[in-house]
Amino acid sequence: MNVPIYRLFMVFLLLFAVLIGFTSRWAVFGEQQLRENPKNARVRIEEQRIKRGVIRAANGDVLAGSTRLSGDRYGRRYPTGRLFALPIGFDNVRFGRQGLEAYYNDALVGRKEELTSLVDSLITEPQIGDDLQTTLVPRAQELAYDLLQGHKGAVVALGVRDGSVKVMAGTPSFDPDKPQEAESTFNRATQGLYPPGSTFKTVTATAAIDSGRYQPESRVNGRNGKVISGTPLNNFQQQSYGDITLTEALTNSVNTVWADVGVKLGRERMQEYMDRFGFGEKPPMDYPDTQMFSSGPRDTERNEILPMRSDRVDVGRTAIGQGLLLVTPLQMATVAQTIGNGGVRMEPRLVQRVIDPDGRTVDEPMPEQAERVMSRDSAEKVATMMRSVVREGSGTAAALEGVTVAGKTGTAEINIEQGINDLWFIGFTEDVAVAVIIERERGQGGTVAAPIAKQVLQALGQ
Amino acid sequence: MSARNRELMALIPASLLLTAGFAAIFIQRNELLSNVSLTYGGMFLGLCFVAHLVIRFTLPYADPYLFPLVAVLACFGLVVIYRIDEDLARVQAQWFVIGLIAFALTIFLLRDFRLLERYRYTIAFAGLLLLLLPRVPGIGEQVNGAYLGVRIGPISFQPSELGKIAIVIFLAAYLQDTRRVLVQGSRRILGVTIPPLKHLGPLLVVWGAAMFMLVFIRDLGSSLMYFGAFLALLYVATNRLSFVVIGLLMFAAGAWFFSSTVGHVQDRIDVWLNPFAPGLYDQPGGSYQIANGMFAMADGGLFGRGLGAAVLRVPDGGPLIPAPETDMIFAVIVNDLGLLGGAGVIATYLLIAERGFKIATLATDSFSKLLATGLTAVMALQVFVIVGGVTRVIPLTGVTLPFVSYGGSSIVANFILLALLLLISNRARRPA
Repeated sequence: MNVPIYRLFMVFLLLFAVLIGFTSRWAVFGEQQLRENPKNARVRIEEQRIKRGVIRAANGDVLAGSTRLSGDRYGRRYPTGRLFALPIGFDNVRFGRQGLEAYYNDALVGRKEELTSLVDSLITEPQIGDDLQTTLVPRAQELAYDLLQGHKGAVVALGVRDGSVKVMAGTPSFDPDKPQEAESTFNRATQGLYPPGSTFKTVTATAAIDSGRYQPESRVNGRNGKVISGTPLNNFQQQSYGDITLTEALTNSVNTVWADVGVKLGRERMQEYMDRFGFGEKPPMDYPDTQMFSSGPRDTERNEILPMRSDRVDVGRTAIGQGLLLVTPLQMATVAQTIGNGGVRMEPRLVQRVIDPDGRTVDEPMPEQAERVMSRDSAEKVATMMRSVVREGSGTAAALEGVTVAGKTGTAEINIEQGINDLWFIGFTEDVAVAVIIERERGQGGTVAAPIAKQVLQALGQ
Repeated sequence: MSARNRELMALIPASLLLTAGFAAIFIQRNELLSNVSLTYGGMFLGLCFVAHLVIRFTLPYADPYLFPLVAVLACFGLVVIYRIDEDLARVQAQWFVIGLIAFALTIFLLRDFRLLERYRYTIAFAGLLLLLLPRVPGIGEQVNGAYLGVRIGPISFQPSELGKIAIVIFLAAYLQDTRRVLVQGSRRILGVTIPPLKHLGPLLVVWGAAMFMLVFIRDLGSSLMYFGAFLALLYVATNRLSFVVIGLLMFAAGAWFFSSTVGHVQDRIDVWLNPFAPGLYDQPGGSYQIANGMFAMADGGLFGRGLGAAVLRVPDGGPLIPAPETDMIFAVIVNDLGLLGGAGVIATYLLIAERGFKIATLATDSFSKLLATGLTAVMALQVFVIVGGVTRVIPLTGVTLPFVSYGGSSIVANFILLALLLLISNRARRPA
């Protein structure tokens, strides 16, 4: 029996060698990767010794500040709580970071270039991080957040000319001081995917006008029940229109016209203009990529964007914001911003200034042009059409006194029997573009979302 | 030098290790280096000396290295537990004393350990009862999804620790009876030795029991431990590799079947394979523990942070690694003492296994051989299961690291196991 016992010992020798092998795999060979894993709290515990920079609103209000905990450690406090939780995110030893706290972590802990300097500076002297000044406007953010109470939804407002994010609000929000209690930290403004409904007709209108195929005065037929991709399509309340202009078709949001326009423009051209507006890719905003989704016709099961040339995409229904099309509120705000800015799409920007502890401005990012989507002339034509929506069409509830508002409503049917819809309004004044979404409620975009947009625009001084 | 004097001499480094360990922790905590560490070292030396005297007078021929090796592990365990939580270390020290009493009692009561052979079925029954106790409603306790603990009032213990010894005793007794029949009745089919069907029954029962444990105790690791010990014994008893291969295939088939059909086993495997998957990481009983064990080992690196220097708690109080003093103690050791410290601990277990198998080869009768093999194998497998779980060789299971982890049942059961090994050794090495 002794020979098998020797062999058995050899088996254990081998097994124990495997144990040492795996221990070295984590402790020595895979060490760097594990250290840098965002779930690893050890680096964050070290970074607690740094007095993290303050995050401020555009008017200087503190949105995130550091307080001394005990000894040489600092903790994060959020005086505005849920109000700014979605854009600001949180910084928590145990639960990691999100939002601006994650995107600007290097600046907030005062890390210059390489990681080693952090370790060095920890040893030498207490360190203070850089402050951030955001573009967020507390008065408007607060109003938007209040108006969203009792709903699920989001409001995004952008500076028309510079793409600065003035409002990014969503409900439900969470308490950034206690991320462990948050049911979800889902940011509806950047992660919520909704069918855009008729607001997407602004994109189709852009493609129609800028390609030269149509003019605002072009005569189109708005008969109810036109066959699009083999299936008859209805207008709102089954209303039939005769020969009307393209402007009238937008003012009254005539589905059959815009679906027909989409089909006639073709898949390629629709794809071209959607790409220029930034569909199909993550928004170029200073915000973590993991917390933003791209917009476009989406295969929800495989979680990927489909190209317009795909057989599964119905180009006519996509052109009126139906079919497989799913978009984020941020994307639709960008569409409004682009048209309002003479056809130039700007990169959305949350932070306008990075300031070091001595008060010097370290970085002041200039507004970045993302892309010219259409000619200035075309933008003016589409804008005029959208103004008529607010003046005499479905968007009159967004009209302001003394300021011209351009806009487009959207009512995306979710459950036809119960009358449940996703309710939209996108629009712009000379300075501010806005997108409002209210999730799964009765009513129309023009009656529910447009009044919210109006008040937010007012709060932003429009 | 006689065997007993060698044993006594070997205890000195163990006590020095304890003294130095406590001194290191005191320095790390910036406390004055008092003579407390010396006191602890002295007390520990005293306890080991008493145990040594017991061995000297009752088992004069027993293996001289086994007890000092265990003492090194136990004192190392005490230091690490003290570094995690001082109060737990005091309790552990008390359990250490109780463990030594159990050690002495086992030696006194089982001078002729071959009595055990006669009561094999009673012992087997008791062992199974112990294993099933955690599933009894009202006293059973579920920890991390597995049913391993029992709680009666304020006392909680892990009956499986004692159960493993009972099962090994039964298997050794059973196999020494049937080993010849198993071999001689075998037929060779296509070059593979197949045991006679009549005797295959009991083996299937053991396989069934392992599968039963997998499903009802909900624990792949323990199941692997018992079945592995069984296969080790079967192999040594029959010297037929084919039996082991058949057994492994059956275990793998069963484990695969149950892991794909029983949800909680599947969860454990998911956690093992994808510790960083977002959904798994955050859910209760998810991969947070295993992932943070890996972070701790990465933080330790080659040489470690130094005893007592690694971060174990989030500054606002929560533990960074759940269960640092039991399941995850190996991760804490690597964090503090690095790969070298961890490898040292594993090497110590390897030396203990070497002594255990040495005892088995020296033993003259087959029951003693099988018993020594089984006891050694089950302990070594337990080390493999828990260290392998922490280092992600296999799915993590909540068993203790013998003599090192915090836990009374574990200390007591492993001292009884040690006593049995020394009893066998004493008999084997007695001059004719």
